[in-house]
Amino acid sequence: MRTWNNKAWFMVIPVVILVAFSAVIPLMTVVNYSVQDTFGNNQFFWAGLEWFNEIVNSERFHDALGRQFLFTFLILAIEMPLGVFIALHMPTKGWGRPASLVLMSLPLLIPWNVVGTIWQIFGRSDIGLLGHVLQLLGIEYNYTQNTLDAWMTIIVMDVWHWTSLVALLAYAGLQSIPQAYYQAARIDGASHWAVFRYIQLPKMSSVLLIAFLLRFMDSFMIYTEPFVVTGGGPGNSTTLLSIDLVKMAIGQFDLGPAAAFSLVYFLIILLLSWVFYTVMTNIEKQGD
Amino acid sequence: MALQLENISKVAGRETHIHPMDLSLEAGTLNVLLGPTLSGKTSLMRLMAGLDKPTTGRVIWRGNDVTGVPVQRRNVAMVYQQFINYPSMSVYENIASPLRLQGLDKASIDSKVHEIAELMKLEPMLMRKPLELSGGQQQRCALARALVKGADLVLLDEPLANLDYKLREEMRVEIPRFFIESGAIFVYATTEPSEALLLGGNTAAMWEGRITQFGPTLEVYREPVSATTAQVFSDPPMNFVNVTKAGDSLLFGADQSVRATGDLLALPDDRYMAGFRPNHLCLTPLGGNALKFTAEVTVTEITGSESFVHLQHADDAPWVSLTHGVHELPIGQTAEVFVDVRNIYFFNAKEELVAAAVAAKAA
Amino acid sequence: MAAIHLKQLAHSYLPHPAGPRDYALKRIDHVWEDGRAYALLGPSGCGKTTLLNIISGLLQPSEGQVCFDEEDVTNLPTELRRIAQVFQFPVVYDTMSVYDNLAFPLRNHGHSESVVRERVLRIAKMLDLSAVLKQKARGLTADAKQTISLGRGLVRENVAAILFDEPLTVIDPHLKHKLRMQLKRLHRQFNHTMIYVTHDQTEALSFADRVVVMYDGDVVQMGTPQELFERPAHTFVGYFIGSPGMNVLDARIEGNLAYVDGRSIPLAQGYDAIAGETVEIGVRPEFARLVRKEDAGEQGLPVTVKRIEDIGRFKIARTEFFGRELNVVIPEGTAVSDRANRVLFDAQHVNVYADGWIVEGEAA
Repeated sequence: MRTWNNKAWFMVIPVVILVAFSAVIPLMTVVNYSVQDTFGNNQFFWAGLEWFNEIVNSERFHDALGRQFLFTFLILAIEMPLGVFIALHMPTKGWGRPASLVLMSLPLLIPWNVVGTIWQIFGRSDIGLLGHVLQLLGIEYNYTQNTLDAWMTIIVMDVWHWTSLVALLAYAGLQSIPQAYYQAARIDGASHWAVFRYIQLPKMSSVLLIAFLLRFMDSFMIYTEPFVVTGGGPGNSTTLLSIDLVKMAIGQFDLGPAAAFSLVYFLIILLLSWVFYTVMTNIEKQGD
Repeated sequence: MALQLENISKVAGRETHIHPMDLSLEAGTLNVLLGPTLSGKTSLMRLMAGLDKPTTGRVIWRGNDVTGVPVQRRNVAMVYQQFINYPSMSVYENIASPLRLQGLDKASIDSKVHEIAELMKLEPMLMRKPLELSGGQQQRCALARALVKGADLVLLDEPLANLDYKLREEMRVEIPRFFIESGAIFVYATTEPSEALLLGGNTAAMWEGRITQFGPTLEVYREPVSATTAQVFSDPPMNFVNVTKAGDSLLFGADQSVRATGDLLALPDDRYMAGFRPNHLCLTPLGGNALKFTAEVTVTEITGSESFVHLQHADDAPWVSLTHGVHELPIGQTAEVFVDVRNIYFFNAKEELVAAAVAAKAA
Repeated sequence: MAAIHLKQLAHSYLPHPAGPRDYALKRIDHVWEDGRAYALLGPSGCGKTTLLNIISGLLQPSEGQVCFDEEDVTNLPTELRRIAQVFQFPVVYDTMSVYDNLAFPLRNHGHSESVVRERVLRIAKMLDLSAVLKQKARGLTADAKQTISLGRGLVRENVAAILFDEPLTVIDPHLKHKLRMQLKRLHRQFNHTMIYVTHDQTEALSFADRVVVMYDGDVVQMGTPQELFERPAHTFVGYFIGSPGMNVLDARIEGNLAYVDGRSIPLAQGYDAIAGETVEIGVRPEFARLVRKEDAGEQGLPVTVKRIEDIGRFKIARTEFFGRELNVVIPEGTAVSDRANRVLFDAQHVNVYADGWIVEGEAA
């Protein structure tokens, strides 16, 4: 069949160039580094899969990976239900509606390193409100020296920062449910919980899937906020995957291993996202 | 032969939306696509417009092959079931938009918009936004936008389906009016047989992606070539009963036998399906060559001046009798119903028409 | 089952209604009798959905009372009102099977599983849903889903009334018929009070024993389909019911004759002086005949035939009488001459209206 309209392709070219320049070519460079070794002076030797082997088998990598999984798991376990809960209680009419929407959006608008800085200062016992109050209450809290405190801080920070995203997406999903469903449920004598379970949750499922995937990917790749607050410490107790990668690439300037690391990182995220997506859409399909 | 579809088909994935078919439409005609939902009406219209590429076949417009031509370059207008207007523009702007695209000068645009607005009775609303208007007015705005273009092919996809019943009646009377004035080819999709009959013109009866019959509306109604066409064109559905012809007698059901006359005599001896419309199934005795059946009443519906009596006869599919006047028959009562043989259509085992109702042919 | 009384009921969506125009529902005193099938018929915006929602409890009326038998339920929430409602768009619980959907209201009210099972199976059989009980409700067709919605209402045995809000809107035309018939049969078998809201006169008239016609918040007429057809109490009813609607002409009434543009039309009753700004006569196209001048004698109105539409079962002649449209229904099989140009009315079915409302005369 003849093509219909060629003009569309011309419009795409600028984007293609931009993406090629900013994403594809750098990615190829990384792949390049990952299979080579250097002793400096711009001399490169083919190393094959040596770096990949080293990374995948290194204990350091496994530790960071374990920490990352723990972090992401806690984040999702807290943010998803909390976001849905907030969305269910946000006003849908009147002046409360725009007010709550603005309020929810605020944390999302703050630049990420500023978020980190806010919490870093917030948690200090000398000049930070939280740190000071905890000290007055007699609670010991030091995120630079205590592992548990450091973990709690970065988790609370992330929840504060990103739950709004889940809440806003869930809210949008809720808004699309026609009134007739709620009316029918009232007539059927359904309890609040039944309404949630049988009407709201199913109707929100596709939106929640998006929220889940977004939060998964973002939390798995998180760098700025925890780095600003804890720098990966105390020791390396909050050194998540991305922080570890940067230490390796820029701190130690091991380009080869770092490049291999970043590719492995990329593939892990890709694989997990695909798995989650397929599992969740299959659960939905089984419902048909 | 202004618009010709040659061996057109549309397959999407594993589903065939349109089976290979041919269709020719003349300029200045109103053509109705009649069929239930998912029978392929919208798919066919999209192929005619150029919104979709046919999987096989060609679309020929006035002798030129336009199969690959995108819809923007064809002179086509389309009106949908949902009232589709540009929400941020006033009614005036909406109607003027195709003319602006055509590059007309301000004065011409103005006069054409006013002309069509008057025809559509939209003059007082020209400055309002579509969402401020009632459903009927919004649809008239969409119609106006489609007609002002002076397109050669105007496609209407169930445009009145979302309107109130009475409003639909009123607009249905108006549509032939615009059509007469323009001289374009009109194609109108609908699911209701009465709409097809009211609009007149030609009708294509559609079923599961095929056109079962195409011709002048009354002809398709009175002489359907297949049981499917008869069903599509019947609301309430046609009644059927088995009939066997042996020699010169016709045996209906289990025990009713009449003499075969005229064309019926020429049919080969075999089993057939006899179909008759609900309005030919009478509750009062008929004289002459009339059949009598005994059936059980399932329910009666009264519509003020007419009664729908639903009946169960032996093991046949349910029957409906549409009778004038109010006849409230209780559920479960045994009733005698009558059919004049001259109103019966005979279909063979392949559901093709072998003998049309004599009375229909004479009309 | 219960009789539903509406006492002095009115509703305005505005907090401080000033006059009649602020009311979506104007004053109604009405009894819906136990066990009858009613239709609420009217154009969009006439207040029928408002009235339905007040009866079901989804809306509190701003004035007046709603009583089920003698119990005042005006302030009772929906859950406690023993009402079932079927909406315009099929409402089913997607994640549940058909069985669970039907069982849902019963389980919410705490019935034991054996009771639930017995009722669900019985209702499913009645509605021809037995075959799909195990399937997930989500994948079914629209008419099956509406049937499930209906079933959820029928499983509860002490239902006072079943309310329908334009339930056939999303149903395919050739299935509308089947569903309508099913509803009617169910009503005849079980005698639930059913109230059916629609703007489609065919649906209303074929379903209901009594039709309530509404316009602009007012109940214009209530009666059997036959009464509404033969003696519409208001010209609006004459217009809204019947396809095409009633012919209405300005007239001057003297005794038992009506004068339209100088022509006289005999009436079945005699009338005294009629008070009112507009006096009209109304005749349905079904009670008019189109004949030739010679066959009309001195009677009839001279018309020009604009178009004759053949819709199979009958023909509609669209004629014009001095600029006004007159429609005549010609039954199948009746021949109409090409030179027909007079319209005769059946005197028994010519109604007289003053300011839109019917005027009763005295038998001549």
